[in-house]
Amino acid sequence: MTEAFEKVEDIEIRLLLEALYHRYHYDFRSYAMSSVRRRLRQVRDNLGFATISAMQERVLHDPQMLPIMLRYLTVQVSEMFRDPSYFRAIRETVVPHLRTYPSLKVWIAGCSTGEELYSLVILFREEGLEERTLFYATDINPEALAQAEAGVYELERMRLFTENHRQAGGKTSLSDYYHSGYNRCVLDKSLRRNVVFSDHSLVTDQVFGEMHLVSCRNVMIYFDRVLQDRAVGLFKDSLPRNAFLGLGAKESLRFSEHADAFRDFVREEKIYQRTGS
Amino acid sequence: MTSTAKGAVIIGASAGALEALSLILPALPATFPLPIFVIVHVPPHKPSVLADIFNAKCRLRAIEVEDKEPIEPGVIYFAPPNYHMLFEDQSSLALSNEDEVLFSRPSIDVAFESAAEVWGAELIGIILTGANQDGARGLQAISKAGGTVIVQNPEDAYAKAMPETAIAFSPQAQVLSIADISAYLMSNSG
Repeated sequence: MTEAFEKVEDIEIRLLLEALYHRYHYDFRSYAMSSVRRRLRQVRDNLGFATISAMQERVLHDPQMLPIMLRYLTVQVSEMFRDPSYFRAIRETVVPHLRTYPSLKVWIAGCSTGEELYSLVILFREEGLEERTLFYATDINPEALAQAEAGVYELERMRLFTENHRQAGGKTSLSDYYHSGYNRCVLDKSLRRNVVFSDHSLVTDQVFGEMHLVSCRNVMIYFDRVLQDRAVGLFKDSLPRNAFLGLGAKESLRFSEHADAFRDFVREEKIYQRTGS
Repeated sequence: MTSTAKGAVIIGASAGALEALSLILPALPATFPLPIFVIVHVPPHKPSVLADIFNAKCRLRAIEVEDKEPIEPGVIYFAPPNYHMLFEDQSSLALSNEDEVLFSRPSIDVAFESAAEVWGAELIGIILTGANQDGARGLQAISKAGGTVIVQNPEDAYAKAMPETAIAFSPQAQVLSIADISAYLMSNSG
């Protein structure tokens, strides 16, 4: 690849992201470029566009192209009880603190297709906290949110989810929460009783309430440093003193301008507690 | 090369990686002037001990990276299990959860292609032992960007498939024994 070509492609990517923002108010302009570049090339190659500029032309004039772009630009890779040790740590170290509150609010930021959400709801039910908890599940991708709300997963994924749940210290059988048919599993509607699903962007939207726990795992890895600071700022403003923030296994507040507003609570699981500062 | 040396080294390895890397990384002097990125196929669902092992064995600091890890010369960066490693620019790493590529996450191809974008001709890409096809496209990308491409001699390798595929994709690659790869890096260590 020549320097000149590379440069043109970066211009094309910038213009496409501008187009998405001005036409549809989806703002990917501060996303980590390395990953955006990779995924836009996948759209180009998989859909047979000659150039990224050609994609820009299409998406500006054809709203049906938008959900396709969103599917690529918002990564939907998740599992129930992904990284079981994280959920075990929530159960063993965060839940005892949460028990002391009469009512609870939990925000799953960037909930994607709902796997993390349902993991927490089941964990809270097992710990007797579900009835007093309101869960906010937010994402920017309406397709993903609709899937989260439907709570339907492929049957073959359930084996992994069940094993994760067991390793996370599950006190019940995961099969208590779904029925299966046609190679699909439908999660029990009762798991959604206390869940509010909502469109919310960490890039452009504001704080919407005071939370006791924010879980935002493997969402901010797709943001650049400046946007990460904005998102962590939202969490900081959502969390009163002693409330909790959980990140993905390889995410860290070490590089955040808001690092001082949190202390390590379970260091190896990336669970932080809000300090008074 | 001096301490102002530019560029980076990126190494991909799979089956037999521990032994091969043990012959390369501990030999490097504390003054090695380039960052070294290492992508090894490790099981996705348990912690990797590679960084700890090599941190104990090497004169250079070895770490498993976290998202947005700053890049410094003379540090050995291991890609973590279950994440792809990408490069934002010459000073910052990023991780990604995207789908596995060739059944691998971390993927050698993904990391090599991203590094090729960022370092171009200043990158040294090395493919070591492994029993799959990963890394061949990535090494090709480094080669196309003008970087230096090196492959472990398949005859020396614990598993031949990965170096053989890399050579097929990049016939111009230097095919070296582990000892010569080590010597090559030492000659670049000022």
